[in-house]
Amino acid sequence: MTNDGFVSADAIGAKDTGTEESVPHVRADGFSVFYGTNEAVRQVDMDIPTGMVTAIIGPSGCGKSTYLRAINRMNDLIPECHTKGSLRFDGQEVYGPQVDVVALRRRVGMVFQKPNPFPKSIFDNVAYGPRLSGTRNSGKLAEVVERSLRDAALWDEVKDRLKENALGLSGGQQQRLCLARSLAVKPEILLMDEPTSALDPKSTARIEDLIAELRGTYTIAIVTHNMQQAARVSDFTAFFYEGLLIEFGETKQLFTNPAEEQTEDYIRGRFG
Amino acid sequence: MQLSTRHVLDRAFSSLGIVAIALMGAALVLLLGPIVIRGSGALVFRGTVEHRRLMLELFQRGDAEELDEELALARKAREPLYEKIAECEADLKSLGFARRREVRGALHELKEVMRELLGPAPGTPKPVMPRDQYGQTRWERAELKLKDVLFIEKWDYSDPTQMGKKTLAPRIEDFKGTPLETNGFFTYAETHLDEMLRPNWTFYWQFLTDRSYDAHFFGGIWPEMLGTFYLTFGAMLFALPLGVIAAVYLTEYAGAGPIISGLRVCISTLAGVPSIVFGLFGLAFFINTLGVSSSKSVLAGSLTLGLLVLPTVIRASEEAIRAVPKTYREAALSLGAGKWHTVMTVVLPAALPGILTGLVISMGRAAGETAPIIFTAAVSVGQPLKLGQVFSQPTPALPWNIYNLCTEHEAVDEIRHVQYGMVFVLVGLVLLLNTAAIILRARISKKLHG
Repeated sequence: MTNDGFVSADAIGAKDTGTEESVPHVRADGFSVFYGTNEAVRQVDMDIPTGMVTAIIGPSGCGKSTYLRAINRMNDLIPECHTKGSLRFDGQEVYGPQVDVVALRRRVGMVFQKPNPFPKSIFDNVAYGPRLSGTRNSGKLAEVVERSLRDAALWDEVKDRLKENALGLSGGQQQRLCLARSLAVKPEILLMDEPTSALDPKSTARIEDLIAELRGTYTIAIVTHNMQQAARVSDFTAFFYEGLLIEFGETKQLFTNPAEEQTEDYIRGRFG
Repeated sequence: MQLSTRHVLDRAFSSLGIVAIALMGAALVLLLGPIVIRGSGALVFRGTVEHRRLMLELFQRGDAEELDEELALARKAREPLYEKIAECEADLKSLGFARRREVRGALHELKEVMRELLGPAPGTPKPVMPRDQYGQTRWERAELKLKDVLFIEKWDYSDPTQMGKKTLAPRIEDFKGTPLETNGFFTYAETHLDEMLRPNWTFYWQFLTDRSYDAHFFGGIWPEMLGTFYLTFGAMLFALPLGVIAAVYLTEYAGAGPIISGLRVCISTLAGVPSIVFGLFGLAFFINTLGVSSSKSVLAGSLTLGLLVLPTVIRASEEAIRAVPKTYREAALSLGAGKWHTVMTVVLPAALPGILTGLVISMGRAAGETAPIIFTAAVSVGQPLKLGQVFSQPTPALPWNIYNLCTEHEAVDEIRHVQYGMVFVLVGLVLLLNTAAIILRARISKKLHG
């Protein structure tokens, strides 16, 4: 734990190791994200259970992406963005004063809305992360690249053209490549920010199959606009509305018998 | 708006565009045409036997025996002329005192212009200046010189209300009553120029690789080309890293404070400062204050040129870096790359084509700028420099020498071809640099975008 922790060594002592087994992978306690004075995520209490697929749904601008991007601190890129409350990853405060953001991000993989492979070769895309963490040995790199591409179900399609530019792939292939790129750094949790919104139905189905395959190995949090998708792939679902977490529960239960009226209205398509 | 109106507007706009492009094309042809035609005259021309003698004596080029034979033939063709002059000289005694003085003066002038045409007369001591040691090396110059032998330029001031008028008077009139009037000297000169100078089509490619002799009278422009290379690459060596680093700082690290926006204004202003001001600044700062070299040097010139193109490089790099999609940065950061690492491995490679475009523009500018190097690097005549000498030695350079030749050279009319050649080579050089950079850019761009 000490080696891959993202809090610098002298802060480790402060961590309560005794409760590690019982805590969910990500836990938010009264967690808020502000853009300037606008509170985009409002005092959310939400857990993302380890090894499960958690879907976050809600209408545009409800704060679901903001919440997701808070977990690996991608919101840091936006000036004027600050947080309140507690967000813990593996029991450690993500926004704590001694957090090494780079180390944190290595443990949290992310797949974005639009496929964003680097303008490099397919191999270099996947090898980017491992190289970052100091893997130079070409045999080892090739091994990692092959494993990651196989995990992302892309290996058979690209094994003969690893040296070609990744931008030559189709949109669906690019997104799977991005997934492989994330998997190559062996993250503990995968954040997916509407990963299929730019893809055709066939590619979407492949990504969903992949999510099902990766379930158990990784903790997965997926933000989606598509309620059928949430129902298909997730174990738990959270419904956000105007920055508030309205409802969180097992997917089956939430979709068949929502506790809140707003949730029901949304999943019945009465607004959104 | 009516459909027909839209059609008319569309057509008017597209035809305006075509006219603009056609005008640009015509301007390009008008500009480049003469440069290419007259400039290539420095390399391809009808060289006379004097040219070949020059090549052998100054550059040890050509076959000595062959040349000896040719020279013998030429000398034989010239012999009658010198004999006829000697005949006239011998006849001087028969003239009256005043006339004798007149004819002696005219003879002196004739011999002078003969030397310019054919080189020193047989039996006279070798002149000191290389330019006096050879006759006309180029046929078209020889034909002009022949005119000087046959005619005297006179100015007619008879009408006081008008500017003086140039007239050509036959030189033969100066020699009335002497053997030169009757012994056919002038007709012989006019009709036998070909045999006396034996012109041949010559491809003098060594124009590009020879050093110059006697202030560009003879030889090539290698020192100038080399100097231009040194100055341009030196300028890029300073401007490129500095400019890219500044651009990275401005785009990736700097905040939005008033100091930063002030800095941006400064950079824009710097881009508009006249180049002569940069030249003076270079002299005052790099040479006088910092003392990078005791006097003009390639180093000081490169620094000045680098400073001149720095704003362009910064601007272009900034634009290129800004154009890199945000998603690349997000992807790199999400994989655990630090900011610096993201810039180095993702942002800069993706911005490289744009940065190269800025480089192309600035390289062309640096190669062609004259004013910044007048005070900091350029001399009108010099040896080709070795790499180690660039820190302390000044150099000739194409843009400065073009200016220098056409304004300050004592006999610029004699060597117009050198001047045109320099312009030709400079334009070609810039074109070559740009083409290379554009090809490089296209290749990188292709690599980036699959």
